[in-house]
Amino acid sequence: MPEATEIHSLPRLGSPAPQFEAVTTQGTLKLEDFRGTWLVMFSHPADFTPVCTTEFVGFAQIHSKLRELNCELMGLSIDSVYSHIAWIRNIEEKLNQKITFPVIADLDRKVASLYGMIMPGESKTETSRCVFIIDDKQVLRAMIYYPLTTGRNMDEILRVIQALQTSDKHGVATPANWRPGDKVIVPPANTQELAEQRTKDAAVECKDWYFCMKELK
Amino acid sequence: MPCVNPDGTLTDSARALLRLLGNPAAPEEIARRLDRPLFSVRASLRELVGADLVRAEGGEFVVTERGQSRL
Repeated sequence: MPEATEIHSLPRLGSPAPQFEAVTTQGTLKLEDFRGTWLVMFSHPADFTPVCTTEFVGFAQIHSKLRELNCELMGLSIDSVYSHIAWIRNIEEKLNQKITFPVIADLDRKVASLYGMIMPGESKTETSRCVFIIDDKQVLRAMIYYPLTTGRNMDEILRVIQALQTSDKHGVATPANWRPGDKVIVPPANTQELAEQRTKDAAVECKDWYFCMKELK
Repeated sequence: MPCVNPDGTLTDSARALLRLLGNPAAPEEIARRLDRPLFSVRASLRELVGADLVRAEGGEFVVTERGQSRL
């Protein structure tokens, strides 16, 4: 009898983010509640662990900047809501950092499974360090997966949201290491006529017909 | 925010929301007037509708008689 293979699926970029309802430190929430704002949903392996604690402080410190970008924040781990509350209170007491975002208590691993947060090669019982960036129409736009050992970079999470919102607003792409204010990439010409026009367009700077950049005004 | 404590009493945030809903209001307006995130307001309204303390009227919400009596 062949062994059954367990399939662990991941959500897909550009597709609707999987809907869920979950118990959180701020009551029962549905993903649908966040429609109209962007959402950074992130998972951490376990409460009362050091790397996760530094990340919670980091996320709390960028929460106001996220809100300026019309973006909310929500955490998740496979811990109880009581553990979450105790840990949040500990962070506030010991590190003087208020945690202002809800944290999902995913004891039955329902959300973790929907979003492919568990990496059995790392841990069968804890979520890895995952970040899901969901836009205001509830489409999944970006995912970041980090291992248990390595804390995430908050600047990069902010940067990705700024880049996605810039792309949406201006119909452009963003190059490697892009920061707000940097030049953006004009979508490559997809017809011969447009390719010819592009090389003569004074408003864009082209290395070649397919590689053109411009400043946003 | 949760609206009903385990002992059945209303939370402070629920009372503030019920007081505001003496006149119908949309979630976005409630969020603005209470300075609360929209997701939190939506979740609270869902709970209060489920407890028959608030009812939906089109895209707006208003306190019910039962909700009024709990204030």
